[in-house]
Amino acid sequence: MSSMQHLLPEFEQLKKRYPAGFESSLTLPCLRRIQKERGYVADEDIDWLVEYLGVPRIQVEEVLSFYTQYRRAPIGRWHLQTCRNVSCSMRGAERLIDHLARRLGIQPGQTTPDGRFTLSHVECLGSCGTAPVVMVNDTYHENMSAEKVDALLEQLK
Amino acid sequence: MTGRKLLMSFPVTPTSHLLSEVRARGGYETLKKVLTSMTPEQVTKEVTAAGILGHGGAAFPVGRKWSVVHLNDGQPHYLCANADEGEPGTFKDRWILENAPHQLVESMLIAAYALQVRNAFVYIRGEFDLPYRRLQGAVDEAYAAGLLGEKILGTDFSLDLVVYRGAGSYVCGEASALITSIEGKKGYPRNRPPRLTVRGLYQRPTVINNVETLSNVEIIVRLGAEEFRKVGIAKSPGTQLVSISGHVEKPGVYEVEYGYPLAKFIYEDCGGVLGGKGLKCIIPGGISTKVLTAADIATVTYDHKAMEAVGSQVGSGGMVVIAEGTCMVRLLQVMLRFYHHESCGQCTPCREGMGWLHRTIDRIVAGKGRPEEIDTLVRISEANDGTTICGMGDAAGYATVGIIAKYRDEFEYYIANGRSKNGGRLEVDAIEREVAHA
Repeated sequence: MSSMQHLLPEFEQLKKRYPAGFESSLTLPCLRRIQKERGYVADEDIDWLVEYLGVPRIQVEEVLSFYTQYRRAPIGRWHLQTCRNVSCSMRGAERLIDHLARRLGIQPGQTTPDGRFTLSHVECLGSCGTAPVVMVNDTYHENMSAEKVDALLEQLK
Repeated sequence: MTGRKLLMSFPVTPTSHLLSEVRARGGYETLKKVLTSMTPEQVTKEVTAAGILGHGGAAFPVGRKWSVVHLNDGQPHYLCANADEGEPGTFKDRWILENAPHQLVESMLIAAYALQVRNAFVYIRGEFDLPYRRLQGAVDEAYAAGLLGEKILGTDFSLDLVVYRGAGSYVCGEASALITSIEGKKGYPRNRPPRLTVRGLYQRPTVINNVETLSNVEIIVRLGAEEFRKVGIAKSPGTQLVSISGHVEKPGVYEVEYGYPLAKFIYEDCGGVLGGKGLKCIIPGGISTKVLTAADIATVTYDHKAMEAVGSQVGSGGMVVIAEGTCMVRLLQVMLRFYHHESCGQCTPCREGMGWLHRTIDRIVAGKGRPEEIDTLVRISEANDGTTICGMGDAAGYATVGIIAKYRDEFEYYIANGRSKNGGRLEVDAIEREVAHA
């Protein structure tokens, strides 16, 4: 019995818009939903999905390691993802990332000891016209500056 | 003004994306016309006659792609919209997804009818939040209004549309990787032949078009091919949504009619270079297209043939403006770090080559480069070209070769002196600080 069993009706609903035989396609959406619920994907979730969707275990493991958005371990409450690709770098992303790292006392890839923030690098978020961009959990914060990011951090408790 | 408008033809308000307002503007009238008075063949004929080229980057003729699908071959066909917008510098499809999601949905309905598709997908990148919510909202509205699902508008035509979210992978914007991802697997590109229009999603004929390309379908059918072709120029009919960013006064998304003067667009419509600086170069269509100097673009028009004639491409419409005083060595380093990070690892030349390119440029930027390493970068790029399953390795090479061909002196200076000729600057503000300091 999976602790994610309560998502089953949602998954069944989702299945209805796919043609028959497309169970494998539900791998990505189900993992996303589970991660939203738990914060990451646990071993028992993989066991459950393999059984529920009838897909090979290796397929689920590969998906989890291939796509950057899936997590196999918990992270901070607020996930700050800073773009540093071409347009963002040209509008101050590198200074912004340095500023964030100093303010939080962590390097990209790390989580603050109180579990409040995780800082990550991310590649182009498609927000180049409003660069630099910082993604906080699901939300884009555009046209960022050191001052704006400081004000934002105050709000993220 | 940047020429005539096809997609950005209505005032954007906080509610202009909702079905009620779309219908008040005449939305879904073209669908009704198609379902009640046209055959699938007539729709494809119109789209082919319109001469529209793909807007995702490769500029493949849409009619030619569609014509590969045989309508009565007794197997299911699938349609996918590519909304995995991830080519750095590109954010134009986001404008459609956020502001005109019903334009895409209606166009996909018409395309699905033409290709006799029962199940269609929009593959949207996993990071997009508002674009996803707007699109899913439009799909839900369409289902509730009987515009998706069984027996649409009381006809025999039925379509289910799934918005499929990616999970963070640049290569999934490549069509064959995209469908592999929709199959619920890691996004490895596939070898062709067979073409995806022969054997695509779940081994069935599948048409994959970019969001902007598909969104033009309703317009083509509404106006008719002949009227549509009056916009743009003969070899490049219609318009292109251009997303412009970098060192530019007025970044954003602009609809540009093909054939419009490029310099006028940048200097007048977009306000020119940030802070009144001089223009060094532009990346015209996503970072995988070759850079063009200020001199290159002085007299060129914005269309496929003209851009090719000066050695680059329209590409994805993702334009990046680069000011005088920017360090091209550091800029290439940012690009190569990205390509290295995004190589999926399936083909050896790309998996290894991206790492070599990245480590070599890192060494040069650290002041430890050797003179022969400029040619090493070129050699690795050329060795990649055409030797991998998808075009990602090629693209990284074009970007590299393009920059070195035009700014070789900056690489030579960096290696000879162990530091940047331009102070390693990527920001215009930094250029200003430097000038003030001097």
